[in-house]
Amino acid sequence: MKVKNKQIFIPLAALLLLALFNLAMDPSFFKISLGNNSAGDPVLTGYLMTILDYGSEVAILAIGMTLVTAACGGQDISVGAAVAIAGSVILRVLVGQGGDGTLQAPIIVAFLIACVVAMLFGAFNGVLVAIFNIQPMVATLILYTAGRSIAAWINNNELPIVTDQTFTYFGGFIPGIPVPTPFFLAVVCVVLILLALKFTNLGLYTQAVGINASSSRLNGLNPTFIKWLSFVILGLCVAVVGLIKTSRLSTINYSVIAKDIEMDAILAVALGGNALSGGKFNIMASILGAYVIQFLTTTLYKFNVSSDALPAYKAVVVIILVVISAPAVKDKLAAYGKKWKKQKEVG
Amino acid sequence: MPVKENAVLEMKNIHKSFPGVRALDGVDFSLCEGEIHALMGENGAGKSTLIKVLTGVYEKDEGDIFLKGHDKAVAIRSPQDAQNLGISTVYQEITLCPNLTVAENMYIGRGKSKLTKWRKMNADADRILENLGIPAKANQQLSDCSIAVQQMVAIARAVDMDCKVLILDEPTSSLDESEVEKLFGLMKDLRARGVGIIFVTHFLDQVYEVCDKITVLRDGRLVGEYVIEDLPRVKLVAKMLGKELDDMEEIKDENQMYKGPDERVIEVEGLQSDAGIKPFDFYIKKGEVNGFTGLLGSGRSECVRAIFAADKVVAGTVKKNGKAVKITKPLDAMKNGIAYLPEDRKRDGIVGDLSVRDNIILAAQVLRGFFRPFSKAEANKFADEYIKLLEIKTASADTPIKSLSGGNQQKVILARWLLTHPEYLILDEPTRGIDIGTKIEIQKLVLKLASEGMSVTFISSETDEMLRTCSRLVVMRDRKVVGELSKDELTQSKVMETIAGGGME
Amino acid sequence: MKKKALATMLVVSMAAAGLAGCGGGGTETTAAPTEAAAAEDDATEAAAEDDAEEAAAPAADGELIRVGIINNDPNESGYRTANDADLKAMFTEENGYDASFAYSLKNDEQITAAQKFIQDEVDYLLLSAADTSGWDSVLQDAQDAGIGVILFDRTIDASEDLYLASIVSDMDKEGETAVNWLADQGLDEYNIIHIQGVMGSAAQQGRTGALDAKVAAEDNWNLVTQQTAEWNSEKAQQIVQSVIDAGTEFNVIYAENDDMAKGAVAALDKANISHGVGKDVIIMGFDCNKWALEELLAQNWNYDGQCNPFQASYIDEVIKKVESGEEITEKTIILEEKGFDATTITEEDVEKYGI
Repeated sequence: MKVKNKQIFIPLAALLLLALFNLAMDPSFFKISLGNNSAGDPVLTGYLMTILDYGSEVAILAIGMTLVTAACGGQDISVGAAVAIAGSVILRVLVGQGGDGTLQAPIIVAFLIACVVAMLFGAFNGVLVAIFNIQPMVATLILYTAGRSIAAWINNNELPIVTDQTFTYFGGFIPGIPVPTPFFLAVVCVVLILLALKFTNLGLYTQAVGINASSSRLNGLNPTFIKWLSFVILGLCVAVVGLIKTSRLSTINYSVIAKDIEMDAILAVALGGNALSGGKFNIMASILGAYVIQFLTTTLYKFNVSSDALPAYKAVVVIILVVISAPAVKDKLAAYGKKWKKQKEVG
Repeated sequence: MPVKENAVLEMKNIHKSFPGVRALDGVDFSLCEGEIHALMGENGAGKSTLIKVLTGVYEKDEGDIFLKGHDKAVAIRSPQDAQNLGISTVYQEITLCPNLTVAENMYIGRGKSKLTKWRKMNADADRILENLGIPAKANQQLSDCSIAVQQMVAIARAVDMDCKVLILDEPTSSLDESEVEKLFGLMKDLRARGVGIIFVTHFLDQVYEVCDKITVLRDGRLVGEYVIEDLPRVKLVAKMLGKELDDMEEIKDENQMYKGPDERVIEVEGLQSDAGIKPFDFYIKKGEVNGFTGLLGSGRSECVRAIFAADKVVAGTVKKNGKAVKITKPLDAMKNGIAYLPEDRKRDGIVGDLSVRDNIILAAQVLRGFFRPFSKAEANKFADEYIKLLEIKTASADTPIKSLSGGNQQKVILARWLLTHPEYLILDEPTRGIDIGTKIEIQKLVLKLASEGMSVTFISSETDEMLRTCSRLVVMRDRKVVGELSKDELTQSKVMETIAGGGME
Repeated sequence: MKKKALATMLVVSMAAAGLAGCGGGGTETTAAPTEAAAAEDDATEAAAEDDAEEAAAPAADGELIRVGIINNDPNESGYRTANDADLKAMFTEENGYDASFAYSLKNDEQITAAQKFIQDEVDYLLLSAADTSGWDSVLQDAQDAGIGVILFDRTIDASEDLYLASIVSDMDKEGETAVNWLADQGLDEYNIIHIQGVMGSAAQQGRTGALDAKVAAEDNWNLVTQQTAEWNSEKAQQIVQSVIDAGTEFNVIYAENDDMAKGAVAALDKANISHGVGKDVIIMGFDCNKWALEELLAQNWNYDGQCNPFQASYIDEVIKKVESGEEITEKTIILEEKGFDATTITEEDVEKYGI
C-alpha cells in the first residue's frame, strides 16, 4: 500500500500545483455553469468540464498504454494513427462511400467493427514486439508512419460526414445528461479494466513479465503472449477514442485527427509514476495523470499559449519528471527528506 | 625486477577487495617465456579478478607486477596501459566488430595512420594471417568467418601488437572439437615463438592437452603452481575443490541410503536440449534425493533445465510414473508436478520489484489459471504460512523481494515451488551465495521433503553438501553423463576420480 | 533512458510541426507509403494510357501534346485531391494531350521525375514543386531540350527565364477579399476569434496579414484571441472552448481553413451560441470544401474564401498560346479566386466550386 500511495502522489501533487496556480491567477477557472446546448439540452460548461471531456480521451488510451509499458518496457507511438484508422472504419461503416450522411448501419455495429480492426492493428504491433523482439517504439514507428495513409485509404480519401444526431452523443452530450459522454465512456473503460485486474491475473502476469521475462517463463507464463495481449487491449482503447474523436465533429481529418495524442498518453503513464522501462504499474495513477495533462493543456489554452507551443511546455514537464525520478536526484531528495524530518523532530 | 630466469611476468602478493568480499588475498603468479599456463579454480576462486587486475580493468589494492624488460614494478591502470606493455586478452565472447573487415579489426584503435593506408594495412594483415596459418583474408568481413577464426583473428591482433603475454579467457567454450584443434595449433605455434600464454578454461581435457603448468586458485588464495606432469587430474580436482585426498574417505551415513519403493516418478531417455548437452538418460524414484555433479560448465544445470523444458528440448522422451508425457514448455512440466529452482536466482528466479507475497504465489497462481486469481486473503494466508515455515526474514509480505538478502530470496523461491506441491523438485544450486546457516536449513528441508515422499534433485558446487543429502549422484564431464555413483561409491575421492576421468595414477 | 527518449521525441514532434494547407509548403509524416502507392498508380496509369493511345483516334491536328506533370501527393489534402482531379480531367486525349503524372512530397524525388520526363522528351513539364529551391539545373536541362516549363500552385527560387509561366494563388488577396467582406457587414464592433493555420505557411501569412492590418487600423476591430490551431479542427475546438469557458464576448470567428471553422462551430453548438446568417456569431472559413459550402447554403456559416485548385484551364491556355506562337507577356498568372457569401451562394456554386 505504501508504494501505491507514493506512486499516486506524483500526479496528485501536479494536480494540486496546477489547481493552486489557477486559483491564484483566476478563480473563475473553477466556475461550472449549467446551460443549454444548441439542441436545447442541458449541459454543464466551464473549464473543469472541458478537462473532464478531453481528458477522458487520454485517460482511455492511458489504460492500454500503461499495460503496454508495464509488459514490454516500451511505448506504442502509433496510437494517434491507429485512432485515425478506427475513426475511418467507423465512418466507412456508418455512411459508406459517397453516401448522403444518413446511417447505413447501426452505430454499435460500426463501433464493433472498428474494435476488431483496431485490435488487429494492435496485434500487428504486438507481433513485432513480442515475437520479433523489436523495441516497441521502433516497431510502432511503422504504423505511426503508415497509419494515417491507411485511414485515408479506407475511405478512399473522401471525407464522409455523418448527419445523424445520435452519432454526436459519443463526443458530446446525451440529451438530458449534462455531463459530457466521453467521461462516461472513460468510466466504463476504467471499471472494465479494474474488474479485469480484480478477477483475472492480468495485473500479476503483466508485471511479472515486465519485471523479469526470463523468470516469468520459468514460472509457466508465456511472456510473448502477455506482451502481445497488452497491445491488443490498447487496440480496444484506441477504438473507443476513435469513436469519441469522430463523433465530436461527425467527420474526420486523416492527417490531424488525434495528432500527438500518443505523447499525451505516454506522458500520462509517466506522470502516473509508472516506470517507462516496464514492471510495476498503477492504472489509476495513469488515469489521474491523463486528466492532469488535460488540466495543463486547458490551462495553457486559457492563457492564450499558442497551440504549437504546447509540446514545449509538456516537454518541460517530461524533463522535470525525468530529473526527479533519476536515481541520483531521488537519493538526494530522500536524504534531504530525512534531514528535514530529523530537524522537525528535534525542533 | 623479475625474480626468475626467463620469466616474462611476475605478480607478487596481489590483493584486491570489493565491498564485503576479499577477491584476491596475496596471490603470486608467474609466467615464463614460451609456456602455456593454465589458471584453474572454481567459480569465485579469483581467476577473473586476477586477470582483470593484470589487464587494468581493476586496480589492485596491494602487490607488484613485474614484466620482462622493465626494471621496476609496472603500473597498469587501464586496459590501454596493459596493451602498451604487451599484455593482450582474448575473451570468451568475441569483442571485435563483426561488421568490419578482418584487417580493420586487427588495426582498429591503434592509431589513425594504419587504418587510413588501407592498402598497406591489408597487405600487413594478410602477411600476419598467413604467417600464423589463420584461414582468413584481410578484406573479408569478420562476421563471415567462423567463431573459431574470429577468435584467431583476435589472437592475431594481439600477436601483432607485439604481445609478450597473451591471456585466453575461456576461448574454447563456443567452439567445436575441430575448431578447438585449430586453436590449439595456433597456441602451440605462438608458444614456440616465445609468447607466454595464460589459458583459462573449465575443460580439464584441454588443460592436459596443451598446458605446461597449472596454477590453482581457491577462495581468492593461491593453492599452488604445478608442472603438469606432477599433477594428475584427480589431484587437480581436489586442489580446486579444496579437499585433500586423504580427508575424503568418509563413511557413508547409513541414514541416507535410499530405502523407498522402486517407483520411478520421472524417467527420461535420450533427452537433449539446444543448450549443447549430449543426450542423457535419467530417472528418479519416489522420495529419493539425487544429484548431478561435475565441474562448472560440465552440463549439470543444462540436464535439469532440459527436464523442466527451460531450454528448448530437441530430442528424447519423458515418462511420468511410467506413462509418456509431453513436456515442451515449463508450464507442461509444472502441470506434471515438476518444480525447478533455477541456478541463476537473480536472472531466472526472483521477480525483483514484486512483493514477497506475489513472488511466493506466482507459480501456484499460474497453475491455477488466468481467470482464477487467489483472493487477497488466500494470498496472504499462503505468504504468511511459508514466511513462517521457512523462517523468511522480511519486513512484511509486501516488501519487494529484491530488498531481501540472498538467502531469504532463495527461501522465497523455494516457498513458491513448495506451494505448488510438486512431486519432483529440482534445486539447482539452492545454496549458492547464501550464508552457512541457511545452507544447512535448506539441506535439512530437502531431507525432510524426501522423507515425506517428494523426489528431489539437488545440485551443488559443494560436493560435501551433495554427499550429505543425496543417495545417488550422476556425474558429468564436458557436457556428458560419465558415471553414476551410489551406496559405497559416494565418497569425495570417488566423486573426484569420476569427475576427473582418465584414471588416477 | 526511456524517459529521455520520450523527451527527445516530444521535442522532435514539436519541430516537425506543419501540415500543408492550401498552397502552403509542409512536410507530411504519412508521405512515404502513399507515395509508393501513388507511384504504382502512376505506373498502371501510364500503361493504360499507352493502350489507349493506340486505340483512340489522335486529336484534331493529328499530334498529341505530351506533358509531364509533377504534383504533390493527392492524399495530402482535399485541396490537392481536387487539384489532381482537375488536371486529370483537362489533360486527356480528347483535349489533345498525352499526359504522364508523377507524385511526391519530396523535392529530390520530384527532380528525379523531372529528369525522367526530360529524357522521355515531353513537350511541356508542369510542376508543383515541393520545395522552392534546387530546381535551377534540372530546369536548365529542360530548356536545353526545348521543353516548356509551366509552374502551377507554387513558385520556385529560379530565374524567370527558365519557365514559361507561373500560375499561383495570391494568398494576400484571399485575405483581403475576406477582410473586405467582413468590413462590409457593418458591425458596430468586431470581436474576432482568429484561428490561424500552421505558422509560416504561405496561406497562413496571406490570410493573417490582411486581418492584422485591418485590426491595427480600425478602433472597433479587436482580436479576442489569435492562436494557431495548425489546420487542426480539434485544436480549433479547444481554443474556442477556452474562450467560451472564460466568458469573453465575441461575434466573429475567422478561421483560416474550413476544418478549423468546423471545430470552432462544434464548440459554439455545445455552448448554445448561435452562428450563421443573422445570428450572434459570424463564421468565416477558407478553401471551399463542398461540405463547407453546404454549411453556407444552410446559412450556418457566413463566408468561405476560395483557394482555387482548378488550375488546369489556365495551364491549357498558356500551352495553346505557345503552340500558336503567341508571346507570353505576363510570367506570373494570378488565379481568380472568389469569396462566397451565405446569402448569395447557390446550389450551382456548391457543385462547381466545392472541392
